[in-house]
Amino acid sequence: MKLKQISVFLENKKGRLAEVTSLIAAEKINIRALSLADTTDFGVLRLIVNDPDKCFDVLKKNNFVAQQTDVIAVEVLDKPGGLQKILDAFDDTDVNIEYMYAFVEKKSDNAIVIFRIDQPDRAIKVLEKNKITVLSSEIISKL
Amino acid sequence: MIWNSHYESMEREKLIKIQSERLCEMVDRVYRKVPFYRKRLDEKGVKPRDIDHISDITKLPFLTKDDMRDVYPFKLLAVDPIDIVEVHTSSGTTGKPVVDAYTRQDISLWSEAMARTLAMGDTSRTDSVHNAYGYGLFTGGLGVHYGARLIGANVIPISGGNTARQLAILQDFKSTVLTCTPSYSLYLAEAAKEQGLDFKKMSVRVGLFGAEPWSEGMRREIESKLHLKALDIYGLTEIIGPGVSSECEYQDGLHICEDLFYPEIINPKTGDVLSDGEKGELVITTLTKQGTPVLRYRTRDITYLNHEPCRCGRTAVRMHRLLGRTDDMLIIRGVNVFPSQIEEVLLRIEGIEPHYQLVIDRREQLDNLEVLVEMNERLFSDEIKNLERFEQEISEGLYSALGIHTRVKLVEPKSIPRSEGKAKRVVDKRQL
Repeated sequence: MKLKQISVFLENKKGRLAEVTSLIAAEKINIRALSLADTTDFGVLRLIVNDPDKCFDVLKKNNFVAQQTDVIAVEVLDKPGGLQKILDAFDDTDVNIEYMYAFVEKKSDNAIVIFRIDQPDRAIKVLEKNKITVLSSEIISKL
Repeated sequence: MIWNSHYESMEREKLIKIQSERLCEMVDRVYRKVPFYRKRLDEKGVKPRDIDHISDITKLPFLTKDDMRDVYPFKLLAVDPIDIVEVHTSSGTTGKPVVDAYTRQDISLWSEAMARTLAMGDTSRTDSVHNAYGYGLFTGGLGVHYGARLIGANVIPISGGNTARQLAILQDFKSTVLTCTPSYSLYLAEAAKEQGLDFKKMSVRVGLFGAEPWSEGMRREIESKLHLKALDIYGLTEIIGPGVSSECEYQDGLHICEDLFYPEIINPKTGDVLSDGEKGELVITTLTKQGTPVLRYRTRDITYLNHEPCRCGRTAVRMHRLLGRTDDMLIIRGVNVFPSQIEEVLLRIEGIEPHYQLVIDRREQLDNLEVLVEMNERLFSDEIKNLERFEQEISEGLYSALGIHTRVKLVEPKSIPRSEGKAKRVVDKRQL
């Protein structure tokens, strides 16, 4: 099950990140997870939110360059070696991880890792074969 | 020291006579030998017999930068190609480069003009000239080289780049004359400071700086940091290269070698010739050049003339240091750059919209060109590496078109100011 991630182009200027978060907050959109990749001049903010379509619209309406990308969310046991199991599963295949980030789930002992993968469908198959749970967007938005 | 006082300090009347003779001979020659000029003169209804005096020059048509591109590469040639011994070109940043083809005699006249230039800085046989202008198709390096050779000075053909080696050689060879762009001289000063070298202890006493516009403020900075006398020199490939004009020790305007290069100042809109002191576009005619003679070339450089004899003893007319341009050409690290060329490169890249801005700055004494490009949905990617690859693609495209390194910066959409009509494409922050 793929998940929609919103990515936003941000110049490295004071206050830009706060503008995005305030726009999202005003629409009562909740951020589940985020990661910010940056260079000297600009950054790319990646967001997992409870309502990606609405979030995308709000950003576009406010002249932000945004994009929706499919990512995969995987539940990882919050203990040593948890992540290793998943990476090992990918390691034997030709699936490439472009980037990933993680957050901890409140209701359980598990961590959730977001993977951006060049072939998400193939990655899901690999994970399922290895009996690793891929989380649906419904679950993520209800967390 | 005056290299050629016969011509440089000639009485005005006598000079006008020589200029008139040379102009008549030149017009006659190009009319016979260059179909391009014959056509131009015929179109204007001018025959060589109508030219009898230098003041008749106003009857002749102008030659523009666009014409120069049309005649690429050798349509201005007025001699048998076998008589050409050397060719130089401009950087060719606006599409086709401007070609200057020299006969043996032209190289002599160039050497003469450059010897006059170098002599303005008192260069003599006892001097060592550290020549940091680029050698190659660019006229700077070899122009200085030929002048120094004619004088009999020791020329050190170091060319551009490798600053550490420049400083070592400058120091070890005890060079007395420095030739480079003004901004590079300041870069040398900075680098020397970092290496703990003191220009006070070096032997350089005079610098001949050109190929880019600079100011009195910059002169003061150069003179105090490099402990030398800084002279402004001017020239352009279309005419000969460096050697068209240069400042004497009084630093009060650039003496034009007007027995070789006849200057006029015109109103760029009407083409009318203006008088001394009136600002306008500099127009130059080569009076003696054989290979590619140039008739009333519009330089697009803005200045004014002063025919008063100078304290130095020269009577040759002086032009004020450049005051600007009639077009939007930028000079970045000595390279001519037009915003339109940058636009062309950008728009060739899939997905780029024509929203860009050029920001020019002088950092650590070197010109820096930053190209701001607005991000849009077609270009955007959630992966940094794609965005960085895209930046690189732009800067490589610009490098191959302009020959200079630029810094590409992706910016947010609508962050570049839009304006009614002409967009503000260029922000020049340089304090010249």
